Amino acid sequence: MQQNTNGPFAESSRIPEDIAYRIRAVPGVAEVSPLSFQTIQIERLGKPFRFFLIGYDLNGFGGPPTILAGRNIRQKHYEMVVAKAMKMNIGEKIHLGLHDYTVVGITEKVVSSGGDPAAYVSLADAQNIQFKKDNNAIRNDRERIGANLSAMQYLSQTQTDALKQDIVRITESTHTVNTVVARLAPGANLHEVQERISRWNHFKPISADEQVRILTKGMIEKARMQLGLFRIILLVISAVIISLIIYTSTLDKIKVIATLKLIGAQNRVIIGMILQQSLLMGVIAYAIGYGLILLTYEKFPRRIVLETFDLQALFVIIIAICTISSFVGIRKALRVQPAEALGG
Amino acid sequence: MIMYALETRNLTKIYGRGDTAVTAIADATMQVKPGELVAILGPSGSGKTTLLTSIGLINEPTHGKVVLDGSIVADEGWLPGIDLKKLRREKLGFIFQAHNLIPFLTALENVMVALEINDQTPQTAKKRATELLAALNLDHRLNSYPSALSGGEAQRVAIARALANNPKVILADEPTAALDTENGKNVMTLLKNLAVEKRSAILVVTHDHRMVEGFDRIFHVSDGRIVDEKNAQ
Repeated sequence: MQQNTNGPFAESSRIPEDIAYRIRAVPGVAEVSPLSFQTIQIERLGKPFRFFLIGYDLNGFGGPPTILAGRNIRQKHYEMVVAKAMKMNIGEKIHLGLHDYTVVGITEKVVSSGGDPAAYVSLADAQNIQFKKDNNAIRNDRERIGANLSAMQYLSQTQTDALKQDIVRITESTHTVNTVVARLAPGANLHEVQERISRWNHFKPISADEQVRILTKGMIEKARMQLGLFRIILLVISAVIISLIIYTSTLDKIKVIATLKLIGAQNRVIIGMILQQSLLMGVIAYAIGYGLILLTYEKFPRRIVLETFDLQALFVIIIAICTISSFVGIRKALRVQPAEALGG
Repeated sequence: MIMYALETRNLTKIYGRGDTAVTAIADATMQVKPGELVAILGPSGSGKTTLLTSIGLINEPTHGKVVLDGSIVADEGWLPGIDLKKLRREKLGFIFQAHNLIPFLTALENVMVALEINDQTPQTAKKRATELLAALNLDHRLNSYPSALSGGEAQRVAIARALANNPKVILADEPTAALDTENGKNVMTLLKNLAVEKRSAILVVTHDHRMVEGFDRIFHVSDGRIVDEKNAQ
């Protein structure tokens, strides 16, 4: 990737496509694939439609991990594979850059670091969408370059024409990629390969682990902390609500509690009764929440990875909150006097 | 020597201290034999409920003694280390003015609760509760919730709950107050029969003179004192 950047997922990184050949020649590298990334937001069906477009070499790797329906891209141009979350059908067309692209396959479980669903096109198409100018812009640029060069009196007409051709070729080139991914040969030393590429000017090699670290500690960490803060606030609010429900429910049961105490019920029976109610509420709420997640997961505008550990941790947190929330009710119940059962 | 189911000697309960002290019961002395049906009669505010709560091990007496089934439980206050809850579970049964059944449990479960908190297994508790309810002609109401029971039926379930652990003494606080006259009389008849049948001493606190017909003894309470004791039969 480009030197002094944090990689294509974290920030802008532009490198020439042909660097892939040079990387392929590094000892220890088994295969390489140039990749292009861009976030695209267009208007579709009257609504903003945002997705993460990945361009990959059809002969390399970095394409869709699975094909749920349809097929993978076969033609070099105008075909695309989209994520299921984009809710597009096979055969549907979408206009990107200067051309229309036809959906030929559906994939899943690939998102950008921002959570946008991913779509795939060939690398050439991705480069065209990202860098190719329309004809008017090309004509304008050529005129401007020609005019600027003609103003240089010290250049001959032949030199001006040759220079114009070169400059135009460079400015109109779309052979830029965001990164080149490489797979090492079995037994190759990652550090040695990185060390060798580090010596080149303008390029920086990072491993997959380093990229993950950059993303999780940088971009995702902040989002995670924000979400964590919201979650803590929501959990505190939930705890207060559960406490109030348990407390008011205990107030409703004062006569029952007093009666139980009067007939000799031990404190553990009273505590157990309130705790059971609180835990039951938590378990039911968790089950409803889990069911809602399962039902709506695919409909989330952005993909959120929900690990089993997260669900287990949430369950433990809910149980802890329900237990703590029941303390207010338990405290009230333990203060109820058996004599309150007497009278009308 | 007669073994009383319940005995109080100079039982006194004073609320507050100094100038604000109020004597709710003063020097109440009574002995109740097993199987005896006793009424504590008096107007509102006479101290009969305080007497009931002191005998019922809820309200700590200020002075005097309470002897339950031959064991002293209070002597100038509760005896140190005494497990009042255990005694209430094992030796006492309570019947309330408004039946006080747990609304979210069925008739059967309401009786089972009293047994289960006394460490009976659910199977034993169910068997015993079913028998008790059947004996009180409630076998068709086992799975009914209190809201579906008539006042008389609910009170009979409450009586079954009070009898669950074979108590030595049953304390009833105005058990007919929420019932019509006919149901009230039925409940009183039931209590009389139970006293004989189960050999439990039954103390009924009431202000209704009409309901104490056929009781073995009647204690009249006024201003916290037992002012009269009648041997009714």
